[in-house]
Amino acid sequence: MDLENQKRVKEFADEYGPENLVVILGAAEGEAAGLAAETVTAGDPTFAGPLTGVELGLKTYHVCEEEMKAEFDEAVYDEQVGMMEMVLDVDDIASEMQSIRDQFCKY
Amino acid sequence: MNSVIKGASYILAHTPDMVFYNGTTQTTEKIVNPESEYLKEVPNNLRTYEQAMKYWPNQTYIGNVHPEELAEVEFPWYDKNKEDADRYGKYGEIMPQEEFLLLVQASDMFDVVKLEKGFVAAHKEAFAADPIISEDIVARVQEGVELSEIEHFVNEEHAEGLYHDAKLVGCVKRAHDIDANLSAHVMHENLMSKATSVLALLYAVRNAGISKEDVEYVVDCAEEACGDMNQRGGGNFAKAAAEVAGLSNATGSDARGFCAAPTHAVIEAAALVKSGAYKCVVVTSGGCTAKLGMNGKDHLKKGLPILEDCLGGFAVVITENDGESAEIDLDMLGRHTVGTGSAPQAVIGSLVTSSLDKHGMKITDIDKYSPEMQNPDITKPAGAGDVPLANYKMIGALAVKRGELEKKDLATFPAQHGLTGWAPTQGHIPSGVPYIGFAAEDIKAGKIKNAMIIGKGSLFLGRMTNLFDGVSFVMHANTGAEEAQAGVSEEEVKGLIAKAMKDFAETLMAAE
Amino acid sequence: MAILEGKKAIIIGDRDGVPGPAIAECVQTAGAEVVFSSTECFV
Repeated sequence: MDLENQKRVKEFADEYGPENLVVILGAAEGEAAGLAAETVTAGDPTFAGPLTGVELGLKTYHVCEEEMKAEFDEAVYDEQVGMMEMVLDVDDIASEMQSIRDQFCKY
Repeated sequence: MNSVIKGASYILAHTPDMVFYNGTTQTTEKIVNPESEYLKEVPNNLRTYEQAMKYWPNQTYIGNVHPEELAEVEFPWYDKNKEDADRYGKYGEIMPQEEFLLLVQASDMFDVVKLEKGFVAAHKEAFAADPIISEDIVARVQEGVELSEIEHFVNEEHAEGLYHDAKLVGCVKRAHDIDANLSAHVMHENLMSKATSVLALLYAVRNAGISKEDVEYVVDCAEEACGDMNQRGGGNFAKAAAEVAGLSNATGSDARGFCAAPTHAVIEAAALVKSGAYKCVVVTSGGCTAKLGMNGKDHLKKGLPILEDCLGGFAVVITENDGESAEIDLDMLGRHTVGTGSAPQAVIGSLVTSSLDKHGMKITDIDKYSPEMQNPDITKPAGAGDVPLANYKMIGALAVKRGELEKKDLATFPAQHGLTGWAPTQGHIPSGVPYIGFAAEDIKAGKIKNAMIIGKGSLFLGRMTNLFDGVSFVMHANTGAEEAQAGVSEEEVKGLIAKAMKDFAETLMAAE
Repeated sequence: MAILEGKKAIIIGDRDGVPGPAIAECVQTAGAEVVFSSTECFV
């Protein structure tokens, strides 16, 4: 994840408390989604950014996961994201995200 | 009449040592993790010139392999060589680092590039032997200086080292002691962009079959900024490169817009020619040192060599309609506007279908789409997926939504209306334009009837706007012949007048 | 229990996946406050 974005995530966790945050991702691939999710839960796996070694354990989802879709206004989701379900490998993304949450999510 | 694509060039400069010293992934790592394993491993995992030259996607980029042929090569490609590969291709060449450094020095007008004497002596002959490098450029190569002088500049005066085979062979000095915009780092980045643009310009002129004097205007569409502390993006890489390339009748300007810039620039150039402002405009761009080894960490982690080891460049020559070359149809432009928003379907709609709707065309009426042609061999192992394929899936999905494609045909849409990516991940370089050369030829040969070139840009990276951007245009077969047919000949006019006179006479007689 | 309602949302979009502003439009409909939205670019 971009180093500046990592810094902002860390600042928000300090400001609002990690239990009050949810990180929503839009990654194009399961692997990239998993890496971003890992960054905001277990720390930066590339050891480059401010979240290196910081286990925030934040709650995190990909925007295309069923849990998220259930909460969104259906029409808005369809207009903003809908088409991407035909493009992205949603199952792969969802299983990566679930696996990261199971391992590292604290909230 | 629409202007035409008269020719295009595509060049690469293999710069493995710059991966380590100038790619931002590596320079960032040097700051945050100077002792990292990754940094130690980078020099051991760079490709030799032979390996980079024989790499299928690189051979495709310079025109020795058609994208359709590349699509037949078993994936992944990094572990396969094209056996009869050649340094030179119909669109350009893959220049080795040692010769490229001489071109960089020849492109420097302010004596900031210093090369070591022995290095110059060892490679000048090979440089001069490159058929595209004209004598005036060879004459600009200086004898060189002692290594001690270069070491002094690097160690004492913040110069950027130039390396070959991991040895210091030269440097780029800062151009000002205080001005950060003229620092050695910035000068290095800009000179590499300029030198690759020069090489692209030379090939473009050759490939279009025009003379250097014919070029009236050059538009540079790279992603670098040149200027001093009082005008950071003052610019005109275009004219600077045109000077070295010997385009003595040209002036020019720079167009910027992240990765969308090349497509913006081609549209602007086509409009300049169609309007009559200029007869011959060349769009050009050099490469980007910062992106060298951008995904290197992922590549090494997966046992691949560093694949982002080449600077890219391209140029497209646009002229008045010659009655045969592929046209740029300025009546078929797509654009992402401020109000379009960022929903993927809205983005693709604005870029792809807005111009089609204007002409009552369907998505499937375009034979080939060229959105972002990044080489998936580079992006897939980095977790960024197959970018061209994702674009084709989006275009196909939109076609399904519009009822122009059966959902069951979605899977074959990318192969039918798309291409496998081959361009290096140099930001603006893969964005739409790599296909212009092949498309112009295939259209002229009647293999395809049209193609849509799409450029997309991540404006938000500049932190000035959250907006995304993109534009598109359609290339199609020359309509010169059709227009001549549709026009009215002198004979026909005479016949029409005679008929009108006769009719008039008859009405007069009838009235009597 | 709702995941997003009343929470602060951080959005990390992807230029080649779903961009930040498109995610933000959705997240707002679920009663979360978007405190940060960014879009990454890997190419």
